[in-house]
Amino acid sequence: MPLLATHNLDAYYGDFQALFGIETYLEEGETVAIIGANGAGKSTFLKSICGLLKVSNDCVVYAGHPIGGLRATSIVRQGIAMIPEGRRLFPSLTVEENLLIGRYGRNVAGPWTLETIFALFPILKERRSTPSTALSGGQQQMVAIGRALISNPRVLLCDEISLGLAPIVIRDIYQALQKIRETGTSVILVEQDIVRAMQTADRVYCFQEGRLSLSGKPNELTRERIQSAYFGT
Amino acid sequence: MLSWVDTILQGALLGGLYALFAAGLSLIFGIMRLVNLAHGDLIVLAAFAILSAMTALGVGPVLAFLIAAPILFCIGYALQHFVLNRTLGRGVLPPLLVTFGLSIILQNALLEGFSADSRRLSAGTIETASLALLNDLAIGLMPLLTFASAVAVILALNLLFYRTAVGRAFRATSDDSEIAQLMGIDNRRIYSLAMGVAMVVVAIAALYLGIRANFDPTIGPARLLYAFEAVIIGGLGSFWGTLVGGIIIGLAQTIGAKINPEWQILAGHIAFFIVLVIHPRGLFPRAID
Repeated sequence: MPLLATHNLDAYYGDFQALFGIETYLEEGETVAIIGANGAGKSTFLKSICGLLKVSNDCVVYAGHPIGGLRATSIVRQGIAMIPEGRRLFPSLTVEENLLIGRYGRNVAGPWTLETIFALFPILKERRSTPSTALSGGQQQMVAIGRALISNPRVLLCDEISLGLAPIVIRDIYQALQKIRETGTSVILVEQDIVRAMQTADRVYCFQEGRLSLSGKPNELTRERIQSAYFGT
Repeated sequence: MLSWVDTILQGALLGGLYALFAAGLSLIFGIMRLVNLAHGDLIVLAAFAILSAMTALGVGPVLAFLIAAPILFCIGYALQHFVLNRTLGRGVLPPLLVTFGLSIILQNALLEGFSADSRRLSAGTIETASLALLNDLAIGLMPLLTFASAVAVILALNLLFYRTAVGRAFRATSDDSEIAQLMGIDNRRIYSLAMGVAMVVVAIAALYLGIRANFDPTIGPARLLYAFEAVIIGGLGSFWGTLVGGIIIGLAQTIGAKINPEWQILAGHIAFFIVLVIHPRGLFPRAID
């Protein structure tokens, strides 16, 4: 039984339907990438899982229990943490406070504590007392990652963690992600950068206009098939 | 010369009372951007609650406050939980309309329950006690106690906000309530807690209001106005700013009254106006809109 699965998942913004019958699964310890063009429904998919978007109950199954449509607060408590697109740090909180707030709803023992997160991103320890707004984009992304990790989630949802960052910073972020995977955390990675997604993930799903257009292991997928699933040509 | 020192001293101490009126409003405004138009009436409600405890149990005002404060905390929590939470997230108008309605309901319910008679909380000889600073200069013990309480309340709110996990949750919810939910913070519960805390602060304000002056069911809206001006002068989200705002209004009122007794209230409003013209976001804005 997979750790997390979606069955025939539909999602709506008011009357507008953004996702159509999405079937996906995520095994324990696995990393799955979601790729697709802008507006394909990748972020909507993550929002449906983490509870920011209401979906029907049995569409999302986590550890054997339906969690679709539960409140975000109750989903994070069960061990699904989200790194939101655009980082969205709390500007009134310092770096350390931004990290600590991540375990407000779920404070469980595990590999991730303030110390291990500082070990993963040493620069954050130096800057722990500065307001989060004073950091560079890459450092802010590190805080956003740490804030999600500190709840020791079983599933980590990453929404465009490389967006707007310099290539060298992206490399650091992905090295950190590798270390996070080694602790056994399952990861769903939404990524614009297809090459990066293929290098990192065990399996890839491609979305196109709210529908699943392709899925498979990176080495089984040809460039042509991805291109057609991505652009619909 | 000495009479001016006296005026300024009295004005600053009066500012402490206004800061107490304003602290609860500042807390609510800062966390959920809710302008509580019933804030003044809630102060009057709290004053009547303390009065009721005094008459029913035959205790002094301080003990009555200690009995009333937890009850008022629960009333605030319930008010937010059952009523005000439903108005949030639908634009600025619903909370304004609902709290405006609440203000009218409170005034009339208090009128029905307690009549239009002026009441006060009798505190005995401490009301008229004073400290002599110089030969011709003395300050009242009650105004001094009021000011000290205002400073203590602001200090306590700052500690709560900046030194505790709940305070972190308050600030995070104020910054971005959607992401706060991803941290497991139930924003509705945070709002209800904040309203409960605000009602305790309101009870402290009511205690000093009732000992200092007469109150009746209709005086709420004027207290709201002073409180609101103090919050805006201080800047959104800054408790110390709210204290400064209260002092500025207190000073303006006593100085105005010194020049001409008719100018007392007007001078406070003019001071508010001048600060707004120079610093539209207040003197110490902290929260991000």
